[in-house]
Amino acid sequence: MGDILTLDSVSKSYGKLKVTDDLSFTLQDGEALGVIGPNGAGKSTMFNLIAGGVKPDAGRVTYQGSDVTAFSASKRCRMGVGRSYQIPHPFSGMTVFENLLVGGAFGDSVRESESYDRCVDVLYRTGLLPKANVRAGALTLLERKRLEMARALATNPKLLLLDEIAGGLTEHECHELVDTIKSIHKSGVSIIWIEHIVHALLAVVDRLIVINFGAKIAEGDPHEVMNSPQVKEIYMGIEGDG
Amino acid sequence: MSLSYTVQRSTRASQTSMSLTVVILIILIAAPWWAGRAELRLMVEIFYYLALAQMWSLLAGYGGLVSVGQQAFVGLGGYILFALAAFGGVHPIMALVLAGAITALIAMPTALVAFRLQGAYFAIGTWVIAEVFRLSFAQISALGGGSGMSLPASIVKSIASSRAGREHLVYWVALAIAVAAMALVFFLLRSRWGLAMTAIRDSEPASESLGVETYRTKFIVYVMAAGMTGLVGALIFLQKLRISPDAAFSVQDWTALVIFIVVIGGIGTIEGPILGTIIFFILREFASDWGSWYLILLGGIAVAVMLFAPKGLWGLITARYDVHLFPVGRRLIVNEEKSK
Repeated sequence: MGDILTLDSVSKSYGKLKVTDDLSFTLQDGEALGVIGPNGAGKSTMFNLIAGGVKPDAGRVTYQGSDVTAFSASKRCRMGVGRSYQIPHPFSGMTVFENLLVGGAFGDSVRESESYDRCVDVLYRTGLLPKANVRAGALTLLERKRLEMARALATNPKLLLLDEIAGGLTEHECHELVDTIKSIHKSGVSIIWIEHIVHALLAVVDRLIVINFGAKIAEGDPHEVMNSPQVKEIYMGIEGDG
Repeated sequence: MSLSYTVQRSTRASQTSMSLTVVILIILIAAPWWAGRAELRLMVEIFYYLALAQMWSLLAGYGGLVSVGQQAFVGLGGYILFALAAFGGVHPIMALVLAGAITALIAMPTALVAFRLQGAYFAIGTWVIAEVFRLSFAQISALGGGSGMSLPASIVKSIASSRAGREHLVYWVALAIAVAAMALVFFLLRSRWGLAMTAIRDSEPASESLGVETYRTKFIVYVMAAGMTGLVGALIFLQKLRISPDAAFSVQDWTALVIFIVVIGGIGTIEGPILGTIIFFILREFASDWGSWYLILLGGIAVAVMLFAPKGLWGLITARYDVHLFPVGRRLIVNEEKSK
C-alpha cells in the first residue's frame, strides 16, 4: 500500500492571518485519519486545500502520486476526492435524490442513468431513502449534514473528507454514523475526518493529528495523542463539550 | 442489499399537458388560415418575446448569469441577417439560421471578457458590451451608420412573392423558433447537463466539489442562449424589414421587458416565461397607450411580484398545487426492498 495523499509544507494566509502554516502530513492508501483542533485552527481550510477549493500560497499537494496543487476542485473530485462541507451547501431546489445524482454523474464521470444504482445504494446506507423525493431545501440541519456525506459518497471517492458531521446527533444516531463510516472505510476508502465529537472519531480512525493556529502540533496513535500534554492543554476548555 | 426501483421522469399532469401542447401547436400552425394579418403580427411578437424570455430564464435562472446585455445578441443577429442578405446574397431564411450560428461564435470571446466579472459587475459588464456593439454598428456606413438601413425590396421579394406569403412564412418561422427555444430548455434541463446547471444555480462551490466543471457549464449555457437570442434577433428584424443601432441594441425592448416577463412569470422554470409572456401582452394591449404610466405600471407590478412572490406567479401556483406541465425532475420510486 502506497500513499494516497501528501501535503508538503503547505501554507495559506488571508492577509496577515496565517490559516495554514507549513503543514505536512501523509495519508496511506486505505487509512483513516482523524483531525482535531480548536475552532478557527484552520481545519476546514486544510480541507479546502486538499479538495482544491483554495489554492495554497506555498507548498505542494500530491494525490495518488501526481502533483494536484494547481488542479481545480472539480478535477480533483473526478480523480476521487470526495468532500463534505462543515456548513451544508445543499442544492435546495433539487430533491435529495437529484442532489446525489449530481455527484454520481459528474464526480464519477458516468452517464446519469449509470449513476442511479450507486445513488440509491448510498441513500439506503445513509438512511436518506425515505427523503429521496424531498426538496433538499426542506431538510433539517441534521439531514442536510447527512446529505453532505451522501453526496460525497455518490462521487465514488477513493479519499473521503468529512467535516464535522457528528455534531448534534443523539447517542444512537452517533453510533449509526460511526457504523456507516466504518463500513465505508472497510470497503477501502481512505478517510480524513475532522470532528469535535472525539469518542466517535476515536472509534474509527487509525491515526490522529492535532492542528492549532494552522500548524500541526501533534500526530500519532489516537489514544496516545489524546493523552499528550499539548492536547490536554488546548483541549481543557472544549473537552467537556464532547 | 439491493433495491428494486424506477426513476420517474413524468407525471400524469405532464402527460396531459404534453397532449394539450400538441393540440395547441396544431392550432397555431394553422393560424394563417384562421387569423387576420394584425393577429399574425401580434403572435409573431408574442413568439419572439417567449423565446427571449426562455433564454433569459435559462441564463439567469440556471446559469446564475444575470445579464442586462442580451440586446447585444438581438442586435448582432439582426445586423448579421441584413449584412448576409443585402451584401452576401444569402437567402433571408438561410441568413437567419447563419445569424444565430455566427452570434453564438461571437458570444465565445464575449463570454471570456464578461466571465471575468461576478454578480452585479457581470450584469453591468454585459450592458457595457452591448453598448460597445451598438456604438460600433453606428460607425459602419455600409449598414447605414447611426440611422440604419432597410432590407432592399428585391431581397424582401425573395422571401416569398406575395405579401401574404411572406407574412405566413415569417409567422411559421417565429413559431418554430419559439418551440425550439422551449424544447432546448426542456431537453437541456432533463439531461445530465440540466443536473449540473440546476446544481450551479443552487450552490456553485458545492457543484465544483462534486465534479461539475462550473466555468465550462456556464460558458456553454451563455453561448447557447446567445445563439438562440441571435436567431430571435434576426427574426425580429426580418419581420420589421428595417434595422438601426438604437432599435437593434435597445436595452428596454430586448432585455428590460424580457426580465419583466421572466420575473413576474417565474424564473428558472419553463412554465414561468410562458405565463409571464401572456400577462405582459395582456397588459400591453390594455395599457400601452398610457405613455409613461404604462412603464410605471410594469415597474410597479414587477416590484410587487418580487416582494410578495419572489418565485413569480408560476411559483405561487406550484406552491399550492404542485403541478409541473413540463417536468424536468427525477422521482425515485422504490418498488420493494429485497434483502440480500
